[in-house]
Amino acid sequence: MAIIRGKVWKFGDDIDTDRIIPARYLNTSDPEKLAEHCMEDADPDFPKKVSKGDIIVAGKNFGSGSSREHAPIAIKAAGVAAVIAKSFARIFYRNSFNTGLLILEAPEAVDGIEEGDIIEIDTKAGTIKNTRTGITYKANPIPPFMEELLEAGGLMEYIKKKYNLGGK
Amino acid sequence: MGMTITEKILADHAGKKSVEPGELITVKVDIALGNDVTAPIAIRKFKELGAKQVFDVNRVVLVPDHFTPNKDILSATQAKILRDFAREYGITHYFELGEVGIEHVLLPEQGIVLPGDLVIGADSHTCTYGALGAFSTGVGSTDLAAAWVTGEIWLRVPESIKFVYHGKRNRWVTGKDLILYTIGKIGVDGALYKAMEFRGPVIEELPMSDRFTMANMAVEAGAKNGIIPPDEITLEFIKNRAKRSYKLYYSDSDAKYSEVIDIDVTEIEPQVALPHLPENTKNVREVSHIEIDQVFIGSCTNGRLEDLRIAAKILKGKKKKKYLRLIVIPATPTIYRQALKEGIIEILTEAGAVIGPPTCGPCLGGHMGVLAKGERALATTNRNFVGRMGHPESEVYLASPAVAAASAITGRITHPDEVYQGED
Repeated sequence: MAIIRGKVWKFGDDIDTDRIIPARYLNTSDPEKLAEHCMEDADPDFPKKVSKGDIIVAGKNFGSGSSREHAPIAIKAAGVAAVIAKSFARIFYRNSFNTGLLILEAPEAVDGIEEGDIIEIDTKAGTIKNTRTGITYKANPIPPFMEELLEAGGLMEYIKKKYNLGGK
Repeated sequence: MGMTITEKILADHAGKKSVEPGELITVKVDIALGNDVTAPIAIRKFKELGAKQVFDVNRVVLVPDHFTPNKDILSATQAKILRDFAREYGITHYFELGEVGIEHVLLPEQGIVLPGDLVIGADSHTCTYGALGAFSTGVGSTDLAAAWVTGEIWLRVPESIKFVYHGKRNRWVTGKDLILYTIGKIGVDGALYKAMEFRGPVIEELPMSDRFTMANMAVEAGAKNGIIPPDEITLEFIKNRAKRSYKLYYSDSDAKYSEVIDIDVTEIEPQVALPHLPENTKNVREVSHIEIDQVFIGSCTNGRLEDLRIAAKILKGKKKKKYLRLIVIPATPTIYRQALKEGIIEILTEAGAVIGPPTCGPCLGGHMGVLAKGERALATTNRNFVGRMGHPESEVYLASPAVAAASAITGRITHPDEVYQGED
């Protein structure tokens, strides 16, 4: 992966998983159905406004609350290319890696980015550039084991290799 | 260098002599739990992996508790996925309607989780079992599926914060008030990625029900796990429940903590967390003008027999306020039966309560007590996020069963002293 370029939707602190995908929609795990309600309780118009390749930028403790994997699944299925936050709740952090949603912890970038900005993420270098201001920010590095997981193509692929499973 | 109880359990399950905070380790899992919301995804991933069997049919636990009794066709389909999987793979601990209760109350009650265990569950409140001196944490469905295949999971060893509670508890101050107060003090990410170790003379006197409530809400401060060292009260609780061996772990006196937080409980009054974060805590008396439409007593936080006893004590011979809905849900069938025997159900229904079947239902706005736009609930649950119990413009206030029962009588947030003058 090289450069991801996208338009920013900005959110505040402590965006919990109930706001990312309210529990009233958890009677399914179909990604397309979940995407129809993505971020609905934070911004009711978000599912209509968001376009493929957009980027969510949020404050601290993004994804707090429930362990529902439906949260990163909904964000990904809504077309969001990445989530940048000051910090992530721990279960959401794991779930994002496991479901292949790109997330970056970058407190300074969050402060320097506004809604509507076009930003460029260099996944290899771990940097985020705001094209409006020209400023480039460094994201916090990913733990080496997480990189190993990403390289393998996620937890399921990693397990398949490690335990020599066939799968589909 | 000494280790904390959390570090010792992790080290043992990793087959290591010692571990340090920050280290990534692979650990053996004693129990791997899923429910009707999270397990369907785990089951799909499990099948995609091509695994022939689960790592141990006695250690995979399936609890369809969130949207059961099935609230709609889609929920029925999800519950069926669990039932079919349990049959196909011969899962011992699958709980059908009539046996099923709220997972985090059910598992300790049935002796499925024991001290020293390493438990993962695809539900964030899996941290509840730390009250038994186990390491226990919430994960997602994919992590659960991987653990079902391998019997293992990777974890980062968390730093530990030690909370030391001392002083004299005021009347009506329960484990719920202590944990709400604590979250109010450190914030909803005050223990992010960390272990919360609850210690001190106040904890040593707390019954198991209150200890479960405290460990249950560790995740509301962002913690990986909450934990309480096992003692006589723990052993009494598991005495007739444990059907396999277990191990007691204790923190060394020279164990390292990232922080030690001292809490004098003497000044703590019954607490209420205002919308929309559990950290927005106030003393009940500061907010007793706030009127409410619904009171809910139940959930994995406060749906235990002890919680229902407190509610019945306060509501005995009284009536709920007109136009207010009072919903009470015993967390498990065993609790329900015991509440019937003790006359609790009769007292509560005479006071105007409706008793629901064991389910998570209203806590997450699922069913059996969903809020309309603009409505306010006072609930004994763990989360008051936007839209948590229904419409995005409804509100949830968190409190103990005692405050909930008192508030049901007056129709506004109420200190139990206002309505109850009897003996303890």
